[in-house]
Amino acid sequence: MIQHLPALIIALPLLTAFLMPLIGRISPTFRKLFAFIMIFLVAIIGILLVHEVHSKGIILYTFGAPQPGETTPSSLKIPVRIIFEIDGLGAFMVIVSIILAFTAMFYALPYFKEERGLDRFYALLFLLLAGILGMELTGDMFNFFVFLEIASISASALIAFCIDRSETLEAGIKYLAISSIGALFFLLSVGLLYGEYDALNMAMLAKSISNTFIDKMALILILGALLMKAGIAPMHMWLPDAYAEASPPVTLCVIAATQASMYGLLRMIFTIFHPSIDIAFLPALIIALSLITIGIGATMTLIQNRLTRAIAFAGVAEMGYILLGVGTAMYAGIKGYGEVALEGAIFHVLNDAIDMGLLFLVAGSVYLATRELDMNNLGGLARRMRFTAITFLIALLASSGMPPMNGFASKLLIYESTYALNPILSIIAILASILMLAIFVRIFYSVFLGPELPNLRDARDPPVLMLIPMLILSILIIFLGIFPSYAIDKLVDPAVRSLIDAKGYVSAVIGGG
Amino acid sequence: MIQNLPYIAVALLIIIGLYATIFKKNLIKIIMGITILESGVNLFLITLGYRKGAVAPIYTNLPEGTKVPQSLTFPVPQALTLTSIVIGVAVLALMLAIAVQIYRKYRTLDVTKIRRLRG
Amino acid sequence: MSEPSKIVKTIASIIFPPTMVFGIYVILHGHLTPGGGFQGGAVVASAITLLLVAFGTAEIARRLKESHLSVIESIGALGFISLALLGLTATFFYNFLAGSGFIFGRIPPFGSNPGDMNTAGTLPLMNISVGLKVIAGLFAVVLVLAFVARSKGGGKR
Repeated sequence: MIQHLPALIIALPLLTAFLMPLIGRISPTFRKLFAFIMIFLVAIIGILLVHEVHSKGIILYTFGAPQPGETTPSSLKIPVRIIFEIDGLGAFMVIVSIILAFTAMFYALPYFKEERGLDRFYALLFLLLAGILGMELTGDMFNFFVFLEIASISASALIAFCIDRSETLEAGIKYLAISSIGALFFLLSVGLLYGEYDALNMAMLAKSISNTFIDKMALILILGALLMKAGIAPMHMWLPDAYAEASPPVTLCVIAATQASMYGLLRMIFTIFHPSIDIAFLPALIIALSLITIGIGATMTLIQNRLTRAIAFAGVAEMGYILLGVGTAMYAGIKGYGEVALEGAIFHVLNDAIDMGLLFLVAGSVYLATRELDMNNLGGLARRMRFTAITFLIALLASSGMPPMNGFASKLLIYESTYALNPILSIIAILASILMLAIFVRIFYSVFLGPELPNLRDARDPPVLMLIPMLILSILIIFLGIFPSYAIDKLVDPAVRSLIDAKGYVSAVIGGG
Repeated sequence: MIQNLPYIAVALLIIIGLYATIFKKNLIKIIMGITILESGVNLFLITLGYRKGAVAPIYTNLPEGTKVPQSLTFPVPQALTLTSIVIGVAVLALMLAIAVQIYRKYRTLDVTKIRRLRG
Repeated sequence: MSEPSKIVKTIASIIFPPTMVFGIYVILHGHLTPGGGFQGGAVVASAITLLLVAFGTAEIARRLKESHLSVIESIGALGFISLALLGLTATFFYNFLAGSGFIFGRIPPFGSNPGDMNTAGTLPLMNISVGLKVIAGLFAVVLVLAFVARSKGGGKR
């Protein structure tokens, strides 16, 4: 059974999604139980898969072949079937998505009580999970497009799920329009590459790509599509809407989808295009975009009144930090400080996911207790909601990169490497981070401290079942903050090494060196 | 020249689609723009598989004297196009559904008036 | 919305059976001719949509509930996934029926021939399940959007 893990981790969420409408007819309690058991199973499969990758190296799974490892049919010398190829980076991203999806599901079970159409909600959530995991595991360009579309369709349906509020509809259609245009650009470049090289397999493409005009065009189109999907300025405007308007469990899964797009960016740049394509202005462009994103994220956080929107703009800035690391690594090549930058960027993917996830869960708890997200109408909640206040404090320190928390570790790596490239860049990044800290402290003050408002006297911490996911994420933040080297050794380093070793990725599929 | 005609059509479709999505104010027209863009990409994929004088790749039903790999059209781009059409249907249905709900809430489809989420 | 004329209704009732038969043919012959689950399903769904247009939403909605459609859709999708999972003796999506001599298990004859239905293993079964899902899914979409259009016309004024 162990060799079928890559297929099962996609098949199980799909099966659950399709079973949901039938299960929901039996009873709502059974539906919840079923959803919980299934997400637990998916998490176990994911952990087993990551363990396999770390102990045995790259795992290949060829769909429909007589043997999972038989990538090229004996009569042909090229891979024609859909192949899943899981290396260190893929395993790392599986961990990130599973943490987010697991906590989201945990939080969703008590969060939604009597809303209609909940079986569809769970079905879409599992479909989104299948799409995200598929994006991270696949070794086939067209398959990546398909999973990208599955993820964006189900994510936008989930964002627009609460149709009573008109803002969710707006956020949903914005997300869908942006991501389908992005996906079409991606498809166009898949077509360009297919026309040129007769290959859809990522390893095959990585081997054959040279520095032609069409390749450059394809790279630019792919980058445009994935940067759009990752919420990088100037196409960041969908992200705060989607994050802020969706319900917190959905937001967590959309964060996972955004990080999966960031993964796609890393995979496309470093594994497929990087060694052979030479566009002089590209690294500088990426760095410039990342700085603009950080700037917009930090300054827009300043002027928000709505709690979730403020957090969402902070999320935009965090994506900028990741891209800054990527851009530095592109500029320097993956060696020396470029490697440090890449390490920082990949570690920050995990940290950003956890920090943002926790912040949105806290915002969800505040909303559940007070039915209010406008920060002018909130105040003095710390007395009534002790646990929520403490977790928010942890999350805000982490996401603004303060020393005892995990955000510090990854941001330090990014500052260090950008300082080696150009001190001004790291100064801008540090200043933005300090600005974020100031903003978050102000938010913390206005929501949790200050005089107690009379209409919020009956605010309480959420039920225990919802505290558990918040507790899990807080413990992760502190653990990764105190022992960052543990995570770097166990998770981040294999991911960085698999990106450095692009040849290994190719030869695992095609054979040879 | 004549064999490049589909590519010109592709470029035109993509430009028209992008123009409609960026500059039009009506939500339905934006959705139409995305659909046109998608048709452009689909046309591009299907053109990649074209071979002059080739027949459909149905192995058991070939006309007499067909050379097997050379004079069959290429099936992979067709499969890709089909998948992309299926996805396009799903996207279109979801977008129209959301547009209908938006019309119910706001009583308008003008995107300049729907913007409650700003800044 | 005014009632469609008698011409529309008559033509719809004449065209409906051949369209259905053609759609089902396209689904069942997906492994031999161009077409398959999605295309055939779209044809069948358009045939049902024709009835919707000609005879109005109320009549159709009385006979076909949207919840029934979602059950059919689930069954189709589950069939697809289970067929893929049954291939796990080798790999996911492995075509375990092809050439086995069981249902759809004959090996196709070589050379030019009119085509044998009883071949291709799991592919026709998958086509049928995809067809079910597409019929139910597309028709549910049309039905829901048609309802919305009707209730909007009633509520607007």
